[in-house]
Amino acid sequence: MPLLDVRDLSVVFRRKGAEPFTAVDGVSFSVDPGQTVGLVGESGCGKSVTSLAIMGLLPRRGNTVAGEVLFEDTDLLRLRPQDLRDRRGRDIGMIFQDPLSSLNPVIPLGLQVAEVLERHQGRTRQAALREARQLLEAVGIPDPARRLKEFPHQLSGGMRQRALIAVALACKPRLLIADEPTTALDVTIQAQILALLKDLVDRSGTALVMITHDLGVVAGLCDTVNVLYAGKVVERAGRHDLFAQPRHPYTHGLLQSVPRLDADRGRRLHQIPGSVSDNIPWTEGCAFAPRCARVIDDCIGATVALEPTRRRDGALRCTNPVPQEVPA
Amino acid sequence: MSDPLVEIDDLKVHFPIKSGLLFDRTIGHVHAVDGVSLTIGRGETYGLVGESGCGKSTLGRGLLRLVEPTSGRITFDGTDVRALKGEQMRLFRRRIQMVFQDPMSSLDPRQSVESLLVEGLRAHGLHRDRAAVRDRLRSTLDSVGLPASALTRYPHEFSGGQRQRIGIARALVLGPELIVADEPVSALDVSIQAQVVNLLGDLQDSLGLTYLVIAHDLAVVRHISDTIGVMYLGALVEEADGDRLYERPLHPYTRALLSAVPIPDPYTEDRRERILLAGDLPSPADPPSGCRFRTRCPWSQSRCADQRPRLRAIDDSGQRVACHFAEQIRSGELAMHEVRTELVRPASDTAPDVGPGLIQTRTDLP
Repeated sequence: MPLLDVRDLSVVFRRKGAEPFTAVDGVSFSVDPGQTVGLVGESGCGKSVTSLAIMGLLPRRGNTVAGEVLFEDTDLLRLRPQDLRDRRGRDIGMIFQDPLSSLNPVIPLGLQVAEVLERHQGRTRQAALREARQLLEAVGIPDPARRLKEFPHQLSGGMRQRALIAVALACKPRLLIADEPTTALDVTIQAQILALLKDLVDRSGTALVMITHDLGVVAGLCDTVNVLYAGKVVERAGRHDLFAQPRHPYTHGLLQSVPRLDADRGRRLHQIPGSVSDNIPWTEGCAFAPRCARVIDDCIGATVALEPTRRRDGALRCTNPVPQEVPA
Repeated sequence: MSDPLVEIDDLKVHFPIKSGLLFDRTIGHVHAVDGVSLTIGRGETYGLVGESGCGKSTLGRGLLRLVEPTSGRITFDGTDVRALKGEQMRLFRRRIQMVFQDPMSSLDPRQSVESLLVEGLRAHGLHRDRAAVRDRLRSTLDSVGLPASALTRYPHEFSGGQRQRIGIARALVLGPELIVADEPVSALDVSIQAQVVNLLGDLQDSLGLTYLVIAHDLAVVRHISDTIGVMYLGALVEEADGDRLYERPLHPYTRALLSAVPIPDPYTEDRRERILLAGDLPSPADPPSGCRFRTRCPWSQSRCADQRPRLRAIDDSGQRVACHFAEQIRSGELAMHEVRTELVRPASDTAPDVGPGLIQTRTDLP
């Protein structure tokens, strides 16, 4: 049974004087215990909104969140706010993109880690701080006893992100949601943080939802990858399948357009014409159709459904997918 | 390199750290660029990579004297750039133009595209012939793939990729010989990055431009550069052509950097050997003695603390490396050892007042 089962999640933002905007449009995916699932896409594809909706962190006013988010059979969307607060941080931990803006600048680091333990596990301040020290040590922060009394601005970006991971892991959550955890960091620091996350997942059996725009990060980390475009999942597959044979023209184009460190130089990069704003609504066909190289008449007019494919965990939303090569 | 366009010799840019309420005492210096020598050949692309705070952007700005270098020589096409005085320097900048990272913050939102492009022409007295200006704007926009109708529109009406095209058009309109592109694609989405990277390549082919591309993304830099210089804490640690750098990285930092770049291929990712560096970049206000990299280097020896390695040619391939033990590391004679993480304070509490533009911010966030 999956640990987290997101079913038909939709988020609509309404603003006075503007058309309602559907940021997430019927997204479904599930995460098994110990599994790492990736949500990949470009700006505005709805990947971060999905994570905020799962955690119930979107402002209630003006937004409509529909669908189901089942965490071990409890629908998180239908929990009372106080019950949700009991679960957030205890059952589900979250790591955000920018550690400086997610840590409180005027509270010492130790208290920020200890707070979670006091709130959810009823520890005393003393015991919580002791445990906080061990947590900081576990995420590789040198000299943790001293760090407890320090403030976020006294740490480097990589160390702040480690501290944030310590906060997220304090109650040993069964699910960790990481929203672009390494985007604000340098590559060598990114490698440290990714190695840390991988190690934690392997050792503790925590399930991880990894939200990122970086296909390289996904390739090294995720078991199953969901590619999002304009609020919908357009392709889902295991990472080996997805990268070896992307079926959706968007995934295919995206993989072709990144310069690779191990590829030939000087080759012209494949480019996807237009930009994310050149979409048509999903109700009028495939949103990607105006930019798609494989567009046919059938792509426009009727809604395209997400159909399961023969690959393990596979699904595809395309009327004219990239043909599958027959393995030689 | 037969025909060098730019020669930089032992360039240093140090920023004073000021302290005190009444008296502006200088209590130290941030060694942002600390002795860089490099040559850019005419019509070539020189890629400068390194992580935040390594001084790569300051080097680019120092080249245009947007920040005044502390010492060193810059020769551009035979002209000693640092000897030029005020107005001479301003006019000289026509030959070197810059493309910035974030097109949203480098384009004035209240100026139409026409006004943005004409501004440079006016500064150099090229705006008087109206018909010629119109033709020039049209052809420039055409070369970056924007319609002539863009002229009357404002930056906010364009998407990120198109804005970057405007930024490139603004650099091109003066007909420069060298373009310094500081993180030209890192603020853009993946599918748009490819468009801009290809555009830069096409423009180089048709106009014979020389580029200095500054970026943190090694894969992008390798794709577009003829020569790559790797910077660490204010100095070049290695320089080689793109293929050689990938196939034979000699400096420990280059090896770590290459192994840290994720490759979008699960099979490669699973097999790769990674060199994880311990800790963070040391503060450029208080760089380590000797080799700058020794505090994080898994091969460091006692000699590294005493003597700063010079950039030296290793054979006749043109590859240069600043490491005492490059040969021994490569042959495996020297074994890796454990590195203890040293805690590095972020520079913010001692950072010099150099303006927000010089503090590297990462906006490749979606």
